[in-house]
Amino acid sequence: MLDDFMVRAALAGLGVALAAAPLGCFVVWRRMAYFGDATSHAAILGVALALALELPVTGGVLAVALAMALALTALTGRGVSSDALLGVFAHAALALGLVAVSLVPGLRVDLMGYLVGDILAVSRGDLGLIWAGAAIVTALMAWRWSPLLSATLSPDLAQAAGVNPRREQLVLTLALAVTVAVAIKVVGALLIAALLIIPAAAARPLTRTPEAMACVAMLIGAGAALGGLLVSFALDTPTGPTIVSLAAAVFCITQSLRARA
Amino acid sequence: MNALIETTGLCLAYGGQTVLRDVNLSIAPGEIVTIVGPNGSGKSSLIRACIGAVQPASGRVIRSGRLKIGYVPQSLAIDATLPLTVTRFLGLPRRIPADRAARVLEEAGVPDLGARQMRDLSGGQFQRVLLARALLDAPELLVLDEPTQGLDQPGAAAFYQQIEAVRQQTGCAVLMVSHDLHVVMAASDRVLCVNGHICCEGTPEIVASAPEYRALFGTGTQGALALYRHEHSHSHGPDCDHDHDDGHAHPARHEAAE
Repeated sequence: MLDDFMVRAALAGLGVALAAAPLGCFVVWRRMAYFGDATSHAAILGVALALALELPVTGGVLAVALAMALALTALTGRGVSSDALLGVFAHAALALGLVAVSLVPGLRVDLMGYLVGDILAVSRGDLGLIWAGAAIVTALMAWRWSPLLSATLSPDLAQAAGVNPRREQLVLTLALAVTVAVAIKVVGALLIAALLIIPAAAARPLTRTPEAMACVAMLIGAGAALGGLLVSFALDTPTGPTIVSLAAAVFCITQSLRARA
Repeated sequence: MNALIETTGLCLAYGGQTVLRDVNLSIAPGEIVTIVGPNGSGKSSLIRACIGAVQPASGRVIRSGRLKIGYVPQSLAIDATLPLTVTRFLGLPRRIPADRAARVLEEAGVPDLGARQMRDLSGGQFQRVLLARALLDAPELLVLDEPTQGLDQPGAAAFYQQIEAVRQQTGCAVLMVSHDLHVVMAASDRVLCVNGHICCEGTPEIVASAPEYRALFGTGTQGALALYRHEHSHSHGPDCDHDHDDGHAHPARHEAAE
């Protein structure tokens, strides 16, 4: 069954979508959209470094995404951060990454594959990596769900209840880096943040509790991944962007539902 | 009885700027202690240091072993993207059964709110839900940071009555920051007047007649009117040896509120 590239693509998309949805809820609740952008754009720099040093690409992406996320956390923690600063990081990381890739000698990479993903080329090995990463992220989210939610609501309130908000922030940072590392093959560095944010935002009008929002976001994300795969196959469009477009369409529908209610 | 919380020589600073210095504070079981002071005087910082949310620049905060603190924050902004029912809010970070949530809501004076969205509550309801959450673990110390901000006069008065009732039922100590001086004077066992340091402290009567307090809040109508009139500068008695070198050193010039 795994010999069929469509089956592998479907499983890869599902894995990433399911892991990204609950994490994406926190990205939305904590207003970390730009933060997610900066972290995922840093992935291109990770690709360049990994190729230059002849290391596994996933490892390079994970390391650079983690470094970027930690640096941003340190900056925002000290109150230096602003919308503009995060914007600078997000775009500078992308630009630097593209420059770095072009500087690697004797290398001809399919850059588009890293920018918008290449889900149809997912190998068995990739699939194993994607599901391992997705399992780690999902387990982290399930394990730290309540403390994370408390820290998101109010760091002081969490502190008084014995939850360390800084530790929870670190959990989130780690989960974000792992997600970026495994999602780059599926939707590419440009659209990883979209896969985090859009299903969560689309789920919001339909739900009354945080848990329900995460579950509905998982459904929407999974639906968009599978639907996007089929649509892109039928129309011969790039798969990653098609998945994100479908999720965006669902977002428009649920928003208009709320407007009518 | 041992103190629930004790600070010795506590100094707090943000970005190198000292906001509070030399605070020696101790809270005994069951007493109501209120902190008053002008804006930016370090009241909230002091409260946050007590719950462990701010690390001291120097000095120490000692909490008695396994002290259970119920904290009511000054405000809580819930992002519009976060759906949250009252019952789910009460169950953070540890989930609680629905009947327990209902009971604690009743204790806080807001029964039947469990299924409502947090964002749909009125100001008064919201503060009481925060109070309910703080009461969940049967705290030995209830810490409130300007809990009646945004409430009208009757709402604030009703809220403080609720706190008094809670203290009588549970015997917990209360540490709060308040702007409602008249209520403070009526309901507190001890008042701390803070302005970058502890200006004066004692029973409400003693504090109300202290020159430092009068300088801050005026002398009229137990300070209720003075709340709106006081200036953020004050003079010290002749026995007071510190000066105000941290930003509020203007000539002491006061029109007492009548």
